[in-house]
Order: sequence, then C-alpha cells, then structure tokens
Amino acid sequence: MSVATLDIRDLYLSFKGYVGTVEVLHGISLHIERGERVALVGESGSGKSVTARIVLGLLQELRSARVTGELLFEGTDLSTLSAAARHDLRGTKMSMIFQDPTSSLNPVYTIATQFHEVQKRALPSLGAAESRAMAAKMLRDVSITEPDRVLDSYPFQLSGGMNQRVMIAMALANEPSLLIADEPGTALDVTVQAQTLTLMHDLVAEHGTSVLFISHNLGVVREFADRVYVIYKGRIVEKGRTQSLFGNPGHPYTRALMAAVPKITGGGVADVEEASEAFAEPMVDHDRQAVA
Amino acid sequence: MSPVVRLLAHRLGMSLIVLVGVSMLIFAIARIIPGDPARIALGPNATAEQVENLRQALHLDQSIVVQYGHFVADLLRGDLGVSLYTNRPVIVDIAQFLPATLELVLAAGIMMIGIGLPLGIISARYRGRWPDNLVRLVSLLGVSAPSFVWAVILMLLFAFFLPIFPIAGRISDIYSIEAVTGFLLIDTLIAGNVAAFSDAAWHIVLPAFALAVSGIGQAARLTRANMVETYDKPYIEMARSYGFPDRRIANRFAFRPSLIPALTIIGLDFAAMLGNAFLVEAVFAWPGLSRYGVAVILRKDLNAIVGTVLIISATFLIMNIIVDLLIAFINPRIRHSQRPA
Repeated sequence: MSVATLDIRDLYLSFKGYVGTVEVLHGISLHIERGERVALVGESGSGKSVTARIVLGLLQELRSARVTGELLFEGTDLSTLSAAARHDLRGTKMSMIFQDPTSSLNPVYTIATQFHEVQKRALPSLGAAESRAMAAKMLRDVSITEPDRVLDSYPFQLSGGMNQRVMIAMALANEPSLLIADEPGTALDVTVQAQTLTLMHDLVAEHGTSVLFISHNLGVVREFADRVYVIYKGRIVEKGRTQSLFGNPGHPYTRALMAAVPKITGGGVADVEEASEAFAEPMVDHDRQAVA
Repeated sequence: MSPVVRLLAHRLGMSLIVLVGVSMLIFAIARIIPGDPARIALGPNATAEQVENLRQALHLDQSIVVQYGHFVADLLRGDLGVSLYTNRPVIVDIAQFLPATLELVLAAGIMMIGIGLPLGIISARYRGRWPDNLVRLVSLLGVSAPSFVWAVILMLLFAFFLPIFPIAGRISDIYSIEAVTGFLLIDTLIAGNVAAFSDAAWHIVLPAFALAVSGIGQAARLTRANMVETYDKPYIEMARSYGFPDRRIANRFAFRPSLIPALTIIGLDFAAMLGNAFLVEAVFAWPGLSRYGVAVILRKDLNAIVGTVLIISATFLIMNIIVDLLIAFINPRIRHSQRPA
C-alpha cells in the first residue's frame, strides 16, 4: 500500500480565551490516499474549516490555539519539520480554494500578476513571460477561452464563475499533491458552482491530486467525493465510501443532515432537531461494518 | 477618453471653479477687515492728500465689484499688483518666498510618507506586539502636539543642547548661491557646489521634521488602521494559505489595497502643511511664503494677501490632483471605471 497523502491521527484543538480553554476538536482522525477525493461534511461550527487550517499550519501560528495529535503528510510527520520547511509546503505541495473566489483574489493586482506570484512559490526564478504562457495554458484547462483577456483583468472585472476557474487553475498551478477546498463556490449560484466543480473533479482526476473537500452541501459531496467523513461538534460521527454512506446512513446525525436537504418533490424542509442525545452516539464506520 | 484623462479634466475644471471662489472670498474678506491699507502703508505722518492719492491708485475709492474687475483684468496679464509692504510686485515676492516653503513642505512630505507608511506597516504586521505598541505610542504623541511645539522641542534638543543641526535659516552665510529655481537644494547642485548642498540639506532637516511629525503620526495610524482591516480580508488568508512570507504579505498584498483609503487623507495632510508651515518658519527663521503671508496680513497689504492666498490655494489644489492621480494609479477600480469619477 502506498503512503497516504494525508493522515490525521487523533487531532485535538483548543482555544485559550479570557474565560478559559474551549476544546473545538475532540480527537479527529482521517486519512486521504493518493488521488483520493475525501469530503468532510458537517454543519457550520462543527470544525470543518479549522481542520483544513490545521493541515495547512495556519492555526498553529495563532498564539491562542493549542493543537495536539499527529499530522502525517506523505509519510512525514509535520511536527518534526522546521517552521521554514513547513512553510515551504504551502502553495507548493498543498494549496487551498476558498468560499468566495472574487474576494479571495487581491483586488489591486491583475490575474497575471497573481498567477506569477503563486508560480514563483514553486519556481522562484520564473520570468513574467514564461509565467504568462504557463498561466494561459492552465486557464485553457479550466475552459477559459480567452486566457489573455482574463490574465490582463482585475478580479472585479470578471464574473464569480470566472474567478472561481482562475482560483482552481491557480490552486493546481504548482501541481500540489493535496488540494483543500473549503466550501468551494458556496458564494456562487448553483449552476456555476456545479460547472466549476465538474471542472475541478476532472482536473484533479487527471493530475492525480488528493482532495480534502469541505462542505455542508450533501448533493455536491455525493457527486464529488470518493469517501465521506461526517463531522459533528468536533467529532467524526460517521465515515465510509460515498455510496455506502449515502445509501445507508448509520448515525442519527447523518440521517438528520440528509433529511434537512430540501427535496424538489416538495414537502418542505424536514424538522431537524437542533441537538439530540442520539447525535452523541459512537462513530459509525462503514468499512468495518463491511468486514464484520 | 480614458478614465484617467477624464478624471484629470474633471478635477482641473473643479479646481478652476474653486480658485475663482477663493479669489472672490479672500478679495472681499481682505477689504472687510477694518483699517485703511493706504493709511497703514504710508504711516501716521502722511497727509490726507497723499493717502487719498494712494487710495485712488489702488482703486479703493471705487465699489468692490469694480475693484474685483480690475483685479481679474490684471491677473489675466499675470499681474498681482504691487505689495505695499515690500514695495515690489507681489509676483516677485511670491517667486522669492514660495520655493523656500515648497522645499520645506516637500521635504516634510517625503518624511511623512517615507517614515509614516513604513511605521504603519510594521505596526499592522506586528499587531498587538511590542513594535505595534511602540509605534502607536509614538504616533499618538506626534499627532497630539502641534508642529510649532515640535519645532521648539527639536530646536532645543538638537540645535541647542546637542548642536548637531544649525539653529535657523536655510543655508550658512558663507555660501552665496545664484537663484535659478529658488529651491536651494536644486540650485546648489546646479552650481555644482556639493558643500553648499549638504549645508542646505543639513539646514532643512529640523524644520522639515518638525513640520512632518504630526503627519508622520497620522500616516502611521491611518496605514495601520486600514491594514488591520485588510488583514481580515479573504485574499490575505489566501496569501497565507499559499505560504507567502509575512513580510511579502505585509508589504505587497496587504499594503497596496490599504493605501487607497489612507492616501486621500495623507494627501490632504500634505497640503495642509502649507498652511501649518508658518509657525515652523517663524521658529526656524525660514524665509518662506507662510511667514510672508502672516506679515502682509498684519500690514493689511491687500494685493499681497490676495496673491499669497491664491498661490497657496492653487498649490493645495495641485497637490490634491496629484493625490487623485496617484490613487487612480494604484486603484484599478478607478482606472478602469466606466462611470465618471
């Protein structure tokens, strides 16, 4: 078996505040094999986004955050790396896509300039002309038909969908082995979101990029992910292959989450309990059920 | 027409209207202040006839509208009249004193931007840590004391107790430099006199710094405030997630978007230094236009007052246009806007 791209073991996170310490993650374990697309699903506040930021090492830089647990990236324990080596992984081996593409791009630089900056993370001596040629090719890969016009534009001159494609192209520019997508395109309208996700799906499949896909949108997750982790209040409550988990949700919280999706056939939004005793039940692991 | 050209044309038109308004206002105000300028100019020993002759020569016996008409007609010929205080054409006085003030204000402006902006960047980058606290304390001190207080303090500290800098003036008496532009720092270079140049540069440090202190504090505080806000924007989080070094994030990704709102105020501060300069000029015996302006106001020297105010207003407006162009240059939203600015 090859080494997993990402292996998180028993991750705890707590924040020190004025009133004491608040634990946010209570021992999360998840792993992503090479080229695998793994979704982390949960409601807001469940700990999805902080998990992504811990993988990148962003949260560890906060003085108020305390992170424990093992993070193995391509077999290397990230805690054994120096701060500089750790920093070097970002933007080269790992990259991230954010919720709102238009506000995630710097408003005062052209797309070409921002692309160049990103490429220089991996190739520090890359010239502007070479960068432009490479960027134009990558933009064509995300189905942008006029890459030159887009490269000379500022983010405010492009549509949200266009910016999203630019973000995807940028995120994959340095051929990262792990792509973290934090609710990608949530700020876009549904059709554009679907288009860009299909593009992203095809591109990561082509490049063999592993993806940690963070979302609250079950429909999108079902289309996109190979495996799913359901997170609730800082704990993984259910995990398994997408088909198996959606076909036979085992945990009460997962069932509640699925019931909350409005159906096109009507019937309104299901009445989901805000919290239930049952949500604290132990984790349901579909792989283990299969073995048993 | 490109948006920048349109912006420039619009601003120039507006400035012209403002100048006309300012000229009318100052023309009227100068004449409303009590006291007869002819009597003040000629002194208590002049005869009533002499005073009356001068009043006629200055058109003071006619209505204010006619006086303004004469003034505009003269102005269009480039004539601002004769100063009753120096007995020279006002234009000549201004040509002599304006460069000294501009030199002082420009030096102060360079200090304000060159010191204030970096301080603000450092403050925002190390938010909540000791460099931030230090910068905030220092800039608050700078903002809260007026520049003439700084002028006196700096003069006492660095010219009197520690005689590092010269105590007053623009240049030492041993040098005689031919006036070409009136800017000593340029004229000494034209003359090829390096010793005179460094002497003039040495003279300008303290007055310019005294004038700049509050601007430096203001620039640092504004830059910090805007950058702190920018640091919460998603594009900064994205820059972090791409692993850009903190220094690059501060100096490139966060600074430039933050500069846009800060620059407007900094530009106004810069122009306001023209007016604030006179106390600093008084303390350092700097032969500038602000000092001249105060002298002519006290003498009720009508032509000189109107001329000085007009020139200072025009300089103020030009500074504003430069700032607007700079903002258009760093803000693509203005440069590419299809709407009128």
